[in-house]
Amino acid sequence: MSSSSPEQLLAEIRHHCTQSWTLMEVCGGQTHALLRHGIDQLLPAEIHLIHGPGCPVCVTASERIDQALELAARPEVILCSFGDMLRVPGRQGRNLLAVRAEGGDVRVVYSPLDVLAVAQQHPDRLVVFLAVGFETTAPATALLARRALLAGVPNLTLLVCHVRVPPVLHAMLNAPQCQVQGLLAAGNVCAVMGQAEYNALAAEHRRPIVVTGFSAMELLQGILQAVDQLERGAHRVENGYRRAAAEQGNHAAQALIQQVFHPIDCQWRGLGWIPGGGLALREPFASLAVERRVAPPVSAPASPEQAQGCISGLVLQGLARPSACPHFRRPCTPEQPLGAPMVSSEGACAAYYRYQR
Amino acid sequence: MCLAVPGELVSINEHHDPLWRTGDVSFGGVLRQVSLACVPEAQLGDQLLVHVGMALAVLEP
Amino acid sequence: MTWSNGDGDAIQLGHGGGGRLSQQLIRELLLPALGTSDGVLHDAALLPAQPGRLAFTTDSYVVRPLIFPGGDIGRLAVLGSINDLAMAGAIPVALSLGLILEEGLPIATLNTVVASIQRAAVECGVAVVTGDTKVVERGKGDGLFINTSAVGRVDHNLCIHPPAVMAGDAVLVSGDLGRHGVAILAARDHLGFRTTLRSDLASLLPPVQALLAAGLELHCLRDLTRGGLASAIDEIATSAGWAIELQEPAIPVGAEVSGACQLLGLDPLAMANEGRMVVVLPQSQAEEALTLLRQVESSAAQIGTVLTAASPNNPWPVQLRSELGVLRPLDLGQGEQLPRIC
Ligand code: SF4
Repeated sequence: MSSSSPEQLLAEIRHHCTQSWTLMEVCGGQTHALLRHGIDQLLPAEIHLIHGPGCPVCVTASERIDQALELAARPEVILCSFGDMLRVPGRQGRNLLAVRAEGGDVRVVYSPLDVLAVAQQHPDRLVVFLAVGFETTAPATALLARRALLAGVPNLTLLVCHVRVPPVLHAMLNAPQCQVQGLLAAGNVCAVMGQAEYNALAAEHRRPIVVTGFSAMELLQGILQAVDQLERGAHRVENGYRRAAAEQGNHAAQALIQQVFHPIDCQWRGLGWIPGGGLALREPFASLAVERRVAPPVSAPASPEQAQGCISGLVLQGLARPSACPHFRRPCTPEQPLGAPMVSSEGACAAYYRYQR
Repeated sequence: MCLAVPGELVSINEHHDPLWRTGDVSFGGVLRQVSLACVPEAQLGDQLLVHVGMALAVLEP
Repeated sequence: MTWSNGDGDAIQLGHGGGGRLSQQLIRELLLPALGTSDGVLHDAALLPAQPGRLAFTTDSYVVRPLIFPGGDIGRLAVLGSINDLAMAGAIPVALSLGLILEEGLPIATLNTVVASIQRAAVECGVAVVTGDTKVVERGKGDGLFINTSAVGRVDHNLCIHPPAVMAGDAVLVSGDLGRHGVAILAARDHLGFRTTLRSDLASLLPPVQALLAAGLELHCLRDLTRGGLASAIDEIATSAGWAIELQEPAIPVGAEVSGACQLLGLDPLAMANEGRMVVVLPQSQAEEALTLLRQVESSAAQIGTVLTAASPNNPWPVQLRSELGVLRPLDLGQGEQLPRIC
């Protein structure tokens, strides 16, 4: 299968597709790319794309965001994170941008590895890295943790919110109301983890999975391979992103994750508890956990998404489109998000808002 | 999710411990130091897939 | 000319106090550098009467770092206001300069900035005719804030503003996007990327004068500043009441800007520019305008067309046609662009 243009791929998809199929792209970056290129409008009407839970910024538990807000407001703390995290509201609707405006020292980093230097330059301050991300990002946090222990930087701490993709896919595919017939797996997660976990998912849930990239061509290629399998009744893992994702993934990156973290059950914003859905620091790296250095803040009341009737749980599982939510656009917007998928620029509600679907 | 960008490896800072091995990667002429800890096989001129300052894969040409 | 201060090499609160230190700052640093011709100090500058219409504009400038690749806050403050005049097709007549200095600002930095103000003013053929200096306490300013106002003369009879825009007009951009934004981001250093890219900071007088001299019927000009192309086009479309369609593949973005934007997850259409403008004029004159614009900046391009007002066919004030031919609304972003991982 090697077509040279998007038009050819679209023609092939039309040719292969004889009935209605529902595919889910797992990754929020893919959701945005699909809408940005308008691929959702070019596909034959039989193919329904639903949008998965693949945005680590959105799904970071609001309790963790509240912890970050509380820490960032302390005068002795420098809180570092990725730019995406600064707009994410906690349970009271406040975000890190607001804390920064009030004088909190909140810094945007491009790489977790840069946090080491921040900590070394400010030995008198407690430097907290709010570590979010899927398996793609976890190796960088793991490398930071290893370097920090080696270099002995006592004022560097981690607030770990890393999450794992396969457990949430498992939970979703297990749900009786699940409509997903084929999956486009997130190419960059697979570049790290390889296909093994996905082979197990495909076999157990009897759904085809195609490891998919992010360009228009790669997305169309992924869709074509998934439709082709569905039409043939196959349910294997295929790789449509060979350029970057080796079948075995990246051994060194997997080793880093395993040395530093172990899987835990964890809360996903909008989805609830996911067994094995998160990562926590293992010894001796657990000494870097910010919880070991400062008393945990008092927890706030229940999250607003439930209180206000946001349907983000359904959206994150692909059971409802964002535009079906009564709050979509009014009052829920990226500036005033009510729920997880509107929070990050990669969330499905934010994508529908931005591309006006 | 996981914005990862291809760039060309233009220089390597060797280190006896792979944990600290880094290199400069060019993204259309913009340079960023990147950890090579996960791509020990990377050579000058390779296209690397980079995410948050870590090279995660050597891209197939 | 450089000036040094007997009491140290940094600005003190006294430099804004109106006393001897203030006088010294004005007489020994500012006046000589800015070359006030007659040396007469008075509360108001007297300007010769001008025939026809006048253009008048003001803007305030804050930028970190104060000196960046391709420019500094002084040059920015002069060219910023001159470019605003140029957008009305006006020729500058006089410039005012307000400086707000932070206590502790190195005199050397002030010298550099003031010299640069002078060079930019000469380049634009305008003089600084009136000014003011204040000093704020350490921690109350970002080193140096500048306000400039400019008066210009209008020699043509066109009304160059959004209401003049018409359906069918061509939408041009005078050069590739985002250089200023990326150069500033790199100069701030905290994101750790390096580039040889320089700000696109430049006077837009020469290209505008060239377009006017050729007798082109300019309908609207808009310089691209902090909000980038996205907000400029949105403003034009919204205030003109027409829809604008942009062809995404036609929008010029250089390799370095595109590399930096991909790396950080930023949108080149929302990156800041300081020497680029949008030109709207009849489609029949687009080729001639592009030829003139390309003499200054070879990347100038037609990026879109004005459609009839928003309708079911053109549902958004500004829409982009992607490489695959699908339309999407232009995204204005959320203000501060933050680097992303997702
Ligand atoms: S639109 Fe807002 S309220 Fe509705 S599901 Fe999405 S995040 Fe929740």
